[in-house]
Amino acid sequence: MTIGGPRGGGQPRLQMPCLGKMERMIVSMQDPDMGIKMRNQRLLITVIPHAMTGNDIVEWLIQKYGISEEESLHLGNLIVRHGYIYPLRDPRSLVLRADESPYRFQTPYFWTSTKWPATELDYAIYLAKKNIRKQGELIEHEKDNYNLLHKRINHTWDFVVMQAREQLRAAKQRRKGDRIVIDCQEQAYWLVNRPPPGAPNVLEQGPERRNCHTTRVQLNMDYYKREIEYCRKAMARTRVKSSICLEGYLKFNEQYVPHDPIMSGCLPSNPWITDDTTYWAMNAPTVTTPTKLRVERWGFNFSELLMDPLGRTQLLEFLKKEFSAENLSFWEACEELRYGEQSHINEIVDSIYQQFLAPGATRWVNIDSKTMERTLEGIKTPHRYVMDDAQMHIYMLMKKDSYPRFLKSELYRNLLAEAVIPPETKKRVFPFMRKQRHSSPSPALLLPAGDTEAKGEEKSRSPAAVPEEES
Amino acid sequence: MCDQTFLAIVFGPCDKCSNEKPLRAVYIKSEQLSYCSLCVEMMATEGLHENETLASLKNEAESLKGKLEEERAKLHDVELHQVAERVEALGQFVMKTRRTLKGHGNKVLCMDWCKDKRRIVSSSQDGKVIVWDSFTTNKEHAVTMPCTWVMACAYAPSGCAIACGGLDNKCSVYPLTFDKNENMAAKKKSVAMHTNYLSACSFTNSDMQILTASGDGTCALWDVESGQLLQSFHGHGADVLCLDLAPSETGNTFVSGGCDKKAMVWDMRSGQCIQSFETHDSDINSVRYYPSGDAFASGSDDATCRLYDLRADREVAIYSKESIIFGASSVDFSLSGRLLFAGYNDYTINVWDVLKGSRVSILFGHENRVSTLRVSPDGTAFCSGSWDHTLRIWA
Repeated sequence: MTIGGPRGGGQPRLQMPCLGKMERMIVSMQDPDMGIKMRNQRLLITVIPHAMTGNDIVEWLIQKYGISEEESLHLGNLIVRHGYIYPLRDPRSLVLRADESPYRFQTPYFWTSTKWPATELDYAIYLAKKNIRKQGELIEHEKDNYNLLHKRINHTWDFVVMQAREQLRAAKQRRKGDRIVIDCQEQAYWLVNRPPPGAPNVLEQGPERRNCHTTRVQLNMDYYKREIEYCRKAMARTRVKSSICLEGYLKFNEQYVPHDPIMSGCLPSNPWITDDTTYWAMNAPTVTTPTKLRVERWGFNFSELLMDPLGRTQLLEFLKKEFSAENLSFWEACEELRYGEQSHINEIVDSIYQQFLAPGATRWVNIDSKTMERTLEGIKTPHRYVMDDAQMHIYMLMKKDSYPRFLKSELYRNLLAEAVIPPETKKRVFPFMRKQRHSSPSPALLLPAGDTEAKGEEKSRSPAAVPEEES
Repeated sequence: MCDQTFLAIVFGPCDKCSNEKPLRAVYIKSEQLSYCSLCVEMMATEGLHENETLASLKNEAESLKGKLEEERAKLHDVELHQVAERVEALGQFVMKTRRTLKGHGNKVLCMDWCKDKRRIVSSSQDGKVIVWDSFTTNKEHAVTMPCTWVMACAYAPSGCAIACGGLDNKCSVYPLTFDKNENMAAKKKSVAMHTNYLSACSFTNSDMQILTASGDGTCALWDVESGQLLQSFHGHGADVLCLDLAPSETGNTFVSGGCDKKAMVWDMRSGQCIQSFETHDSDINSVRYYPSGDAFASGSDDATCRLYDLRADREVAIYSKESIIFGASSVDFSLSGRLLFAGYNDYTINVWDVLKGSRVSILFGHENRVSTLRVSPDGTAFCSGSWDHTLRIWA
């Protein structure tokens, strides 16, 4: 969604859907019945009509959206910073104060969405007006800009000065109140479009999107044919009833919430809160005694057991007892193929074949004949996914067969019994005394053997480091 | 005797059926052809002009889309928040900034966690990429990219390398070295080449493959060592802004979101789009899978976050509030998937109850847009990066 529509000459587009929403908010704020009650505000000796206080704005937002005062002040501030409401008393700073400071709604003529981008010519006229009206009224950055513009659009300078003089002359004929209002409106507009250095630029966007025209999708016959084909395939797909899917979330939630440190805390304590890294030490990839929560989690599903390095080691132990350890090794080798380097594919496929699939192989895996046939055929032209079928078959075998037995096994039950529940860290007596935060060795230092230089570096790298202790 | 006008009839081979017959002049696209009367009759009934076929295809596509929506709606028998009534409401929620990482001289655009649960890599507008031990707030490595707006960065699963890219249209991999004599930039590997900016990148299960998303409307899978393109994914109608790999046990799919308001699920092996969702009103800035892999959340410039279920094949929840009018730039789930953290362009982070659909909390602290947000690998905290040049760790 773009505001302002396309402009000629490939000018950048303002991509801010929030502006439209802000404008709707502004309009409802000015609603005669439900909007903010506006009244005349006194500015020194002049009376400005249709104004409101900062407090009014904050209160209205709280009422309308049911939000807290902090959020309301934050939102109000953003509205002011985008120039939709401007302060009367301190017009140089676009800030919302939740007190009796007077504010007014910006005229739609100066809305960010209507008058974007701000033109150099307009800015030059504005600065010229300021300069003419009172010598030395221009502040530092405005002086710099003025000089820059004078150089850049010198050829139109006569026009600029003439326009400035005309506008000033016309302004003198207005009432003082109107003059003040128009000045504030203009100033707010320029604060948004030419923010002083150091002030945040609310109109700043990231790199332009949708600027690559070579890949623009052509709405031709091919496009629609693809859409039709996609729809047909999608219609044929099996869908699951919402009630069943959503039930799944509830189950997942129930299982995992006790394991979610943000929801349920973690024992002994969350390292980020107490600066104590015991939690990480106790849950390191390989420890002698895993925690109870961790061992319980291996029982949730096969993937949890397999993806935990410690769990996988235990699984291997169990499979060895059942004489089916080659299944796990095969699966690991297939993973290495799938995620390995492109140049090693032939090598890895051959190694897998020799170890696991060749007749008489030392660690022959038991795959059904059809899959074996397909795989052996595929090996002739090896590629990354050639073992997918076989790998899936073995994975399912482990999942449906070995895994349930693992959960019932003595091995697993012992693990559960011996697992530790760390005691909660006692709250420190002097909570404001921060515990020293120790560094840990970077994983990048654990280079393959032969890089002993790097290990030597480690000692000099982190002098205050306390090596992580495994319990 | 009256004047009689004679019609000259040409006899000859018909331009269409080649039979020798009396011919009539027929005009197709300003070209004159000679058809026999039978062919003229047939043509009149078939309506074969290319423009007409295009229109009929378009109509067919539209009507099929409508039917697809009907099919999807048929199985939608209950709403998520109704089902979630049985779930206990969340209690008081307190999260504070526990660390503030200062050191970037410009807007922070992207960050990623290392698997060791405490290190992170972050990238910024001025081309700087920094690796931090966020627990101690020490900087461990720094690289200056030759381009500005480094919008994507990722930590390798081994912790030994990082990948990053942006306006240079490339994704480069830097091995992390502690050798003071070695310049990290020297060992840099240029892996991906796109024709427009790089918006997102992620390693797969190993250090040797990278998945990228680009402003040129495509995603691509690359072999890191050789830089070879393994698979490309075409289908988005505009810039692709984000991607996330599925946590499923068979690890074959990923989801991407783009400026065409679509979120698309892809099969990594075949390059085909498996599912596509189009319910947002504006650019999708961020997509993230629900921890079970059965759903994913998206954050968009239309100020809403939405949850899409893959098995039900539809949107199942919208997380929005009237007072939130700025776009969501980045989303992530807590470990259990009960909470959805979303960073917004109004400098705040909103925390949503995924099941009940309500907002749990709003976190203030950043002084400019929140551009990136990720939960740590063990779920103990999350990190947010902002245009205010800082990163914050919340717990």
